[in-house]
Amino acid sequence: MSTAPLLEVRNLCVEFPSRRGTLRALNDVSFSIGAGEVLGVVGESGAGKSLTGASIIGLLEPPGRVASGEILLAGRRIDNLSDDEMRRVRGREIGAVFQDPLTSLNPLYTVGHQLAETIVTHLPMTWAQARNRAVELLASTGIPAARERIDHYPHQFSGGMRQRVVIALALAAEPKLIVADEPTTALDVSIQAQIIELLKKLCREHGASVMLITHDMGVIAETADRVAVMYAGRVVEIGPVSQVIHHPAHPYSAGLMGSIPTLDRHVQRLVQIDGSMPRLTAIPPGCAFNPRCSQRMERCTRERPELLPAGPTQAACWLHDQEVTA
Amino acid sequence: MSEKPIVLDPTSDDVAAVVADPTVVRATDAPAPADHGPIGTAAVAHPLVRVEDAARWFDVSPPWLERVLARRPRIDLRAVDGVSFDIARGETFALVGESGCGKSTVARMLVGLYGLTRGTILFDGQPLENMNKPGGRDIRRRLQMIFQDPYASLNPRWRVGRIIAEPLLTHTKMTPGERVARVSELLKQVGLDPADQQRYPHQFSGGQRQRISIARALAVQPDLLVCDEPTSALDVSVQAQVLNLMKDLQRSLGLTYVFISHNLAVVHHVADRVAVMYLGRIVEVAPRDALFERPRHPYTRMLLEAIPDMHGEGRARTRVAGEVPNPLNPPSGCTFHPRCPHANDRCRVEPPKSIVAGLNVVACHGVEEGRLD
Repeated sequence: MSTAPLLEVRNLCVEFPSRRGTLRALNDVSFSIGAGEVLGVVGESGAGKSLTGASIIGLLEPPGRVASGEILLAGRRIDNLSDDEMRRVRGREIGAVFQDPLTSLNPLYTVGHQLAETIVTHLPMTWAQARNRAVELLASTGIPAARERIDHYPHQFSGGMRQRVVIALALAAEPKLIVADEPTTALDVSIQAQIIELLKKLCREHGASVMLITHDMGVIAETADRVAVMYAGRVVEIGPVSQVIHHPAHPYSAGLMGSIPTLDRHVQRLVQIDGSMPRLTAIPPGCAFNPRCSQRMERCTRERPELLPAGPTQAACWLHDQEVTA
Repeated sequence: MSEKPIVLDPTSDDVAAVVADPTVVRATDAPAPADHGPIGTAAVAHPLVRVEDAARWFDVSPPWLERVLARRPRIDLRAVDGVSFDIARGETFALVGESGCGKSTVARMLVGLYGLTRGTILFDGQPLENMNKPGGRDIRRRLQMIFQDPYASLNPRWRVGRIIAEPLLTHTKMTPGERVARVSELLKQVGLDPADQQRYPHQFSGGQRQRISIARALAVQPDLLVCDEPTSALDVSVQAQVLNLMKDLQRSLGLTYVFISHNLAVVHHVADRVAVMYLGRIVEVAPRDALFERPRHPYTRMLLEAIPDMHGEGRARTRVAGEVPNPLNPPSGCTFHPRCPHANDRCRVEPPKSIVAGLNVVACHGVEEGRLD
């Protein structure tokens, strides 16, 4: 990636004001996605991965707000746009696929209407042209008899088919970036494989970059180029996908990978990270992972590590502090 | 209950034919004969649980009057339609399949939450229905269940101590003091603090709640724990904690598990034997390694192909086509035939019988005829 990245997130902080003070749900998150690249974002519930996605699409639920930091899409800041301006970016430049395909579609309109509406809103086309394009899009997502199915309502589709419609909808206006938040979590394994395959194929064809948010490492391993591991509102490790999976540099990533049962090795016991992720109200000082970390040093409880180079990846861990180890 | 006299489904002939007369076994308390028929038994000599041609249909017809006026027939959803398997003492028997295949219905049948439309379930040689007869309460004690959702399966208005002590109240004559002591012991066993008795479920995380569910199930020292997706609501690192705990408890208490999951990687980790279900039937039963290394049924192969694997980057996978059909109107013959790349005319009309193929027991014409290796 010699050119400037398509999406750049710099020091993003998201806060939720509450009665007991302000909760910082995302704390200094920085990463970038290159053109045509698939970035996986993994982490456990509450790590802030969905929140990162929502901030990029500009759909943070109030009272949550971007407190500081910048989000740049193709060099242009999009975090401070007005609602009207953001509405033009959303759909046109950033497409979104969410976990539950039923709630992403309006049950009162046919899928054709919803597709054509998106196309007409963002592209200079007439309704008739948009409808033809909608049929093409539906067909390209592998929905059989697209010309007939286009006049059906969302409830007439199965879960897997609905997710195909949502993907068609996300791609309708040829966006440069797709934010896919747990796109396969609600689906059965056999359908999940089809949807992942489809998302990969279509994004390659359309040259779109993807931010793929999921807790399923298998999906990431098969789909992503790079992966960011999140913990307690921060990116703790980011790097090439095979590196992070096979040679994780951060103790949390290592624990996470070891705790996943896989088919190709027999272990009596899974690696276990004791304890659980801290609540937002009680994030420990220093490195947020330090109370659960087996390699904790005195420094970890005082100073918060930034992302440091750790071989091919970057890890936010003092174990990789060159000045000390050198 | 409904007025229906249950007419045996003619398609069950094939199953009944292979199982050597189930009614004979019911009459006696003696252990069943060792070579008892091929379906899923895979040489279990004195099983803790023997399920024979068990079926559970649900009446999903419109109300009676509407049905009569519109001259519509009754509609039965055959959630489970003739499954047979044995579970040996001390083993972990896993049931896998996609949503709607009937695996949770089997779980509920095993603990007596659903009655049987057809067939029998023998628990330690006794029919499961005996649990409703005088003196049958001991069967209930020996069968306990863990549910998927640790948020819905604990009463939010009860303190944890009362939740865990409830089965003790039902099944034992312990004094209140003894119960508190037992609850403390159980909490320690599942890795929680005895002081947690005083707290309410909402004060615990998902993984801790699942530990409370396990403690409750273990309170009355059961033999069999039926676990319906016990970790699918949990994050992976918490899932690892719970799976490790379950393994430790099995070793120290000699428990038998029925483990139901849609996650094949988890099943691979915990199971000794695995049954794969599709549309209310078992299509393949095999010891864990035989199933994962040499799956025979095309559906099992498809499922294994479909799992995204952490170590399979860039792997060319065979495309999986189609979706699970509507169980109200299942395909004729082998219900998998519309999605099966090897289906022929026989598969479209004749439901396959279970046959032994190596270590696997598989219901597939292709395997039987030697068309599939």
